[in-house]
Amino acid sequence: MTMNPWILHLMKRLFPPQVLLPDIIGIDIGLTIAAIAAIVFLTKTKRWGWLWREWITTVDHKKIGIMYLLAALVMLFRGGVDALMIRTQLIAPHQHFMSAQQYDEVFTTHGTVMIFFMAMPMVFALFNAAVPLMIGARDVAFPRLNAISFWLFAFGAILLNISFSIGGSPDAGWMSYPPYSELMFDPGVGENYFLLSLQVAGIGTIATGINFLVTVLRLRAPGMTLTRMPIFAWSALITSSLILFAFPPLTVALGLTMLDRIFGASFFTLGHQGMPMMYANLFWIFGHPEVYILIMPPFGIFSEVVPTFSKKPLFGYEAMVASLLAISILSYGTWVHHFFEMGAGPGVNSFFGLSTMLIAIPTGVKMFNWIFTMWGGRIRITVPMLWQLAFVPTFVVGGATGVMLATVPADYQYHNSYFMIAHFHNVILGGTVFGLLSGLYYWWPKMFGWKLNHRQGVWACLLFVVGFWLTFMPQYFLGFQGMTRRMSSYPPGLGWTALNFWSTIGAYVMGVGFLIMVYNIIWSRIHPDWDTTGDPWDARTLEWSLPSPAPEYNFARIPQVHSRDEWWEMKQEGRTDEVKISEKTVHAIHMPRNTPMPVLLALAFFVGSIGMVFEWFWLAILGGLGVVAALAYGSFANYSEKEISRDTILQTEAQLGRLES
Amino acid sequence: MSRKPRLIQMVIASMLGLAISGCGSDYTVFHPAGPVAQSELNLIVLSTVVVGIIILLIWALWAYVLIRFRDKPGRKAPYWPTWRHHRVLEVLVFIFPVVALLIIAVPTIRTTYALAHIPASRRPPLVIDVTSLDYKWLFEYPRQHVATVNYFYMPVGRPVLFELTAHSPFGAFWVPNLGGMEYTMPNRVLPLWLEATRPGVFDGRNANFSGKDFWRMSFKAHAVPDAQFQSWAQGLRQHAPQMTDADWRKLQQFTVVPTSSYSRYPAYTFPERATEFTVHGLYYTPTHKP
Repeated sequence: MTMNPWILHLMKRLFPPQVLLPDIIGIDIGLTIAAIAAIVFLTKTKRWGWLWREWITTVDHKKIGIMYLLAALVMLFRGGVDALMIRTQLIAPHQHFMSAQQYDEVFTTHGTVMIFFMAMPMVFALFNAAVPLMIGARDVAFPRLNAISFWLFAFGAILLNISFSIGGSPDAGWMSYPPYSELMFDPGVGENYFLLSLQVAGIGTIATGINFLVTVLRLRAPGMTLTRMPIFAWSALITSSLILFAFPPLTVALGLTMLDRIFGASFFTLGHQGMPMMYANLFWIFGHPEVYILIMPPFGIFSEVVPTFSKKPLFGYEAMVASLLAISILSYGTWVHHFFEMGAGPGVNSFFGLSTMLIAIPTGVKMFNWIFTMWGGRIRITVPMLWQLAFVPTFVVGGATGVMLATVPADYQYHNSYFMIAHFHNVILGGTVFGLLSGLYYWWPKMFGWKLNHRQGVWACLLFVVGFWLTFMPQYFLGFQGMTRRMSSYPPGLGWTALNFWSTIGAYVMGVGFLIMVYNIIWSRIHPDWDTTGDPWDARTLEWSLPSPAPEYNFARIPQVHSRDEWWEMKQEGRTDEVKISEKTVHAIHMPRNTPMPVLLALAFFVGSIGMVFEWFWLAILGGLGVVAALAYGSFANYSEKEISRDTILQTEAQLGRLES
Repeated sequence: MSRKPRLIQMVIASMLGLAISGCGSDYTVFHPAGPVAQSELNLIVLSTVVVGIIILLIWALWAYVLIRFRDKPGRKAPYWPTWRHHRVLEVLVFIFPVVALLIIAVPTIRTTYALAHIPASRRPPLVIDVTSLDYKWLFEYPRQHVATVNYFYMPVGRPVLFELTAHSPFGAFWVPNLGGMEYTMPNRVLPLWLEATRPGVFDGRNANFSGKDFWRMSFKAHAVPDAQFQSWAQGLRQHAPQMTDADWRKLQQFTVVPTSSYSRYPAYTFPERATEFTVHGLYYTPTHKP
């Protein structure tokens, strides 16, 4: 039997040896079975229409928030499995759990997934879930753009995640420094997947930045001045402005690298007068603000969670806002601290060392202000508060080691070592992830209408936090022993064995914590503890004046805001009936209509990206035409709004018990 | 014997091992063998102490607040439901980190400038040209006209000026006992000076991911007395083979190789420099190979 050579060539390209490992084939089979099961389930229960109408074509910020959240949790699982694979390989010297090639792919995927496809969407999930509700808006400023952002993220994530079974994973690290990421050192399609998936998701991210910038600036309820705004809304505003200026350099860096790889340009190449150093600059001009994009929202979340569970207003509101602004501006002036060792000279290094240290000042102010918010309060230990209580002692260590890394000559010894690995996990896990999980437990009842079980949540939190400390504290010491990042194995006799062993045990404890969290979600879904009040935490901001979950139009009547913590003041002054409506005060509401354009647009980007990844330019052109077609369809589509009638609103509100008697 | 005590013994033994190894020689960064590593360690200690004080202060405050103000029936601690400002406190929490940072920042900048050039009081340096290749290190001695792979000798008590470049993706040259690292980059030559003040064999490695076998890119730095260094170089010149063009091409292949030595090497194996490095200058301008 002879096989068509064209098909043979195609199969070789789609399935090179690196994707034909037994474990990858096993996962492929498992995923295929799961996909078939899902299709059968949806068909049998006749849910395709429901899926299409309620979720895929939705432009409702609350539903988009839920989709972001579920995607982020799936990606947390994927990135977490990668982390456990890394730690399993390093549990002892000379382990052969994975080949060096596979190890490189796994740490690249771990970093990329965790930053771009776990942390970012979870930030956007909470922005979508909470920001419009807390500023008294009916939706975000550009609902359809919001759906476009989500679907671009989703297809970007799919693009990166299929790489390990079709074509091969990227293996140049999440920074993908050239010249290593150049074709001559890193052949295959893996790196193309990295470039295209981040590019596609990045367009969505920039659109989200614009969306929330405008939402917070333009859609606040009457009376909600900027200084009456909840800090989480402030953090959304500042994060959005950071995105707006930080992502374009990444777009450029990825785009030029793509030209280098696919069209033989030499912007960053080793030969032909390429400037690989320029990539490092562009990447970190994006990369450093990016870490503040990830930490600002948790700062905002804690500024909501701490006052709520201390029964006290936030201490030093003005200082909190000022420090957020200061951090956002300083964050653009620190990028060279990622490569003090690339020969910039003492003047430049001193400047960037100092600018980095300066960031510790506003951050320190924030730490103290949260503690002073608790001072003189009544601290209730709920799961969101528990994550915050874990955050304070953890994040202060991460921040402190950040100052140590900014100490330039000391950084010559820390750079690229496990000390640095421990530091950034200390701030990204201890800051961003603890914060986002706090926000997840805090706003969960508002998103879904039922609370997550307290006891299981406490166990998940405790195991995760203990696992975290056990994983990363030994890594600081590994750094002092000279262990460098990204080593796929290490020889015995260097004293690294015991510390690596404990670090791996800690990672598994964290994994168990995550599994309990998943169990917590599933158990609480099966045994729902319905939130009938809309205000399960006795909280302070406007989103808690609404029923859980909020109706499609959020506010039947837009509230008039008189003070910071408006809902708390209403409760204190006995004005809670103000949120109720009467027949006289209700008007019909215009809401955006569902549209398939966002998902089609993102699908066209996906198809075009596959074309670029495999250098099938006819497919890339086809995808490009699809993008143009989807945009044209979106521009000419009429009926983009629908009206929710007065009667429907009255009926809904009556069912929720919110009509004035 | 039952299984349980054995497990506990294992745990205790490894915990003890961890505690003791804190001062062990495996902690290469804590065992400087020269002035560069020593001044870097001084900064590490200073910054650790300062941030350690901040960490302990915040931990103490956190624990105190949590214990005192936790909502429990019969709690007697005061409740101030409207306390949101305290001018003095807000100024203090601003000044406190500023002072802490000043204590770190001033010596940081001093040391950064100090390490940028070899102090005039030291002996003139030995020059070693370092090239990182795919999964190996090449060390060339332009004055002694010898070259080594994956190991080098240096005299004790004399600064060494490493001129670093790469014939491969970025690498980072790191010998923790002697001092911090510097990148090796293609088409560029970066300077790094280190000195050993005691003899010894120190581990060095590539600290930057450059491919699947990068983790095996380790080398040994032998610090020996001056006379021994001279006789070692003399010995290589007399007995080691010359590096041929074929040898150089072989070094560029993607391989991990054992140590080797050469008595001569072709000049083109290291980028040309139009001007010599200014050894006592503040900073050097590396020139590109045309």
